[in-house]
Amino acid sequence: MIPELEKFKGFSAKRLPKEEGLASGHRGCQGCGEVLALRMVMKALGKDVIVCSATGCMEIITSPYPQSAWNVPWIHVAFENAAAVASGVESALKVLRRKGKLPKKHIDVVAVGGDGATGDIGLQWISGAFERGHDMVYVCLDNEAYMNTGVQRSGCTPYGAMTTTSPPGKKSIGQVTWKKNIPQIMVAHNIPYVATASPAYYLDLMNKIKKAAMVNGPAYVHIYSPCPTGWGSRGEKSVEYARLAVETKVFPLYEVIEGKYIVSRKITKPKPVSEYLKGQRRFRHLTEENIAYIQKRVDEEYEKILRLAELT
Amino acid sequence: MAKRVGIEVSIAIAEAVKLAQAEVVAAYPITPQTHIVEHLSELVADGELDAEFIPVESEHAALSTCCGSVAAGARTYTATSSQGLMLMSEVLYVASGMRLPIVMTVANRALSAPISIWNDHQDIMTQRDCGWIQTFAENGQEAVDLTLHAFRVAEDRKVSLPMIVNIDGFTLSHVIEPIELPDQADVDRYLPPFKPKYKLDPKKPISMGPVGIPEVYTEARMAHDQAIKNAKRWIIKAWDEFEEVFGRRYNPVEEYRTEDAEIVLVTMGSISETAMTAVDKMRDEGKKVGLLKIRLWRPFPGPEFRKAAKGAKVLAVVDRTLAPGASSGPVGEELRTVFYKVPGAPKIFNFIAGLGGRDVTVERFEEMVDKAASYAKKRPKELYEVIGVREK
Repeated sequence: MIPELEKFKGFSAKRLPKEEGLASGHRGCQGCGEVLALRMVMKALGKDVIVCSATGCMEIITSPYPQSAWNVPWIHVAFENAAAVASGVESALKVLRRKGKLPKKHIDVVAVGGDGATGDIGLQWISGAFERGHDMVYVCLDNEAYMNTGVQRSGCTPYGAMTTTSPPGKKSIGQVTWKKNIPQIMVAHNIPYVATASPAYYLDLMNKIKKAAMVNGPAYVHIYSPCPTGWGSRGEKSVEYARLAVETKVFPLYEVIEGKYIVSRKITKPKPVSEYLKGQRRFRHLTEENIAYIQKRVDEEYEKILRLAELT
Repeated sequence: MAKRVGIEVSIAIAEAVKLAQAEVVAAYPITPQTHIVEHLSELVADGELDAEFIPVESEHAALSTCCGSVAAGARTYTATSSQGLMLMSEVLYVASGMRLPIVMTVANRALSAPISIWNDHQDIMTQRDCGWIQTFAENGQEAVDLTLHAFRVAEDRKVSLPMIVNIDGFTLSHVIEPIELPDQADVDRYLPPFKPKYKLDPKKPISMGPVGIPEVYTEARMAHDQAIKNAKRWIIKAWDEFEEVFGRRYNPVEEYRTEDAEIVLVTMGSISETAMTAVDKMRDEGKKVGLLKIRLWRPFPGPEFRKAAKGAKVLAVVDRTLAPGASSGPVGEELRTVFYKVPGAPKIFNFIAGLGGRDVTVERFEEMVDKAASYAKKRPKELYEVIGVREK
């Protein structure tokens, strides 16, 4: 166990923090699962935080000048470099504190990006920041495509999904590649804390963010973020889909603390993936054969996580 | 007492950054910038400079990291060159648009392809419009002095813009010169601690880098333009103060033997020293030749240049950049604009020289002056000419 986490106390539903780092009145779509997750992230982090945003949905909906939804210090520089900006902020706080120019009080430095900013265009910047060991939390809000630009496929788009650049047609089923496993890439950096989370399990999500902030060094939390606009799902179903993704083993919830895998929610009676896929327009073209393949692969991937938990 | 020492210019620049007490240095190695950041990492490792040295994974990350550190209130420095500057390009525009006072040395170098590590100004000229204040150093002493000046100007609340000091790769970066390194006490007198008006602070939250909707974007860009133009006053004032403290004088445009000169060479950077030798030689031969050296490139000091060039009949403007398909080089274009429809304006001829490490010798300057003199009588077909091209 990491010594910093010895004093960890989880949140309780009855006593959630009242503070909102991220105010309402932003320009998110109805039923946006991503901004819901981000609100929980900010609640878990509290006031003493500096947020570095990548370009993306969360950046544009929260900051159309002269308005801002941020009640905490916030900076946006570009698409791919939130982790580098956070490296700079963290280093500045360190040296200014050392020189007595800032009070000793700890300030959490958090970088936030979507799946494109994290797993595609920004991967190198995160890899560099994690390798250097900056004390930061990187939060990936994964809505499984480039939603801000109009639903183009990313490396995190799931197999078979229809996007505007992975359209199903006579010669394609849609997205032809399996979802890139970003959390595993982060684990490979040997950072102290990696976790996956879902807004359907809000206490689990907030607790993981709190732990990520508590550990010294880099921490990574990958959050599944339903996007009704991009997925062609109903806005009021976002939390339901977030839960179904976990219950069908599509999105396993786990932590990796100093290399040790801990499954947060072991799915003993999984629902079939077809229950998760149905009702989302991005999957409606899939045949039973396609779905059978997805089911098989989902089971295998989940099994790998269980085995890693046994091994570590 | 400030001591005069024989020192490599890159090492001297790093010593200047130490004297400025930079707090965060984020950099990625690229020839010929390497010796600057190597020495800075040594200074930090030896505890001589209390700073965070961040060995980032690319130049894009270097400047991105600098944006974060300066926004959080730390004095911030980086250095790069050539392809590295190109990789940074996106963030250069963001840093200036966000008014983040980062100081950067660019060890000027050619661009690929073909790949070349040698000196010219093609790297920085691709970033001509990036909105940073830009100065050019002619020798090692200037490189040191302009580095201190850059921190003084960039961080001035009346300016709050990032600043690039250009030094010629190898020609300056790798030579050993006698340089006077200022005393810490004098530097402290000249350069106050960095106290930005706005910074990332949980006690006083602000949002930096928001979306500029069409209703505000034009105004934001215009404010940036006004800021860099207004900065000229503070740039010059900081040179006045520099002279008071250190005894050395700098101007936006430096004049050399321009009194009664009919043909005036115009240069930037280290070739200016060779140009002075060439001017001396031609003066000895009775030719009325002078030299103007552009020190401040952005904001461009138009009125100062016109004043300095007063009386000149012909300008032989040297560009160390070839802009394929353009009407002329960037410096040539700039000066044609500055003199457009000005009564009594000199005739302007543009010469492209010293690309990818080719030496610009005294003979080449003589050739440019001769050509400019003949072109003044008979207008050439092209607005520019490449000088020093091999016949075979």
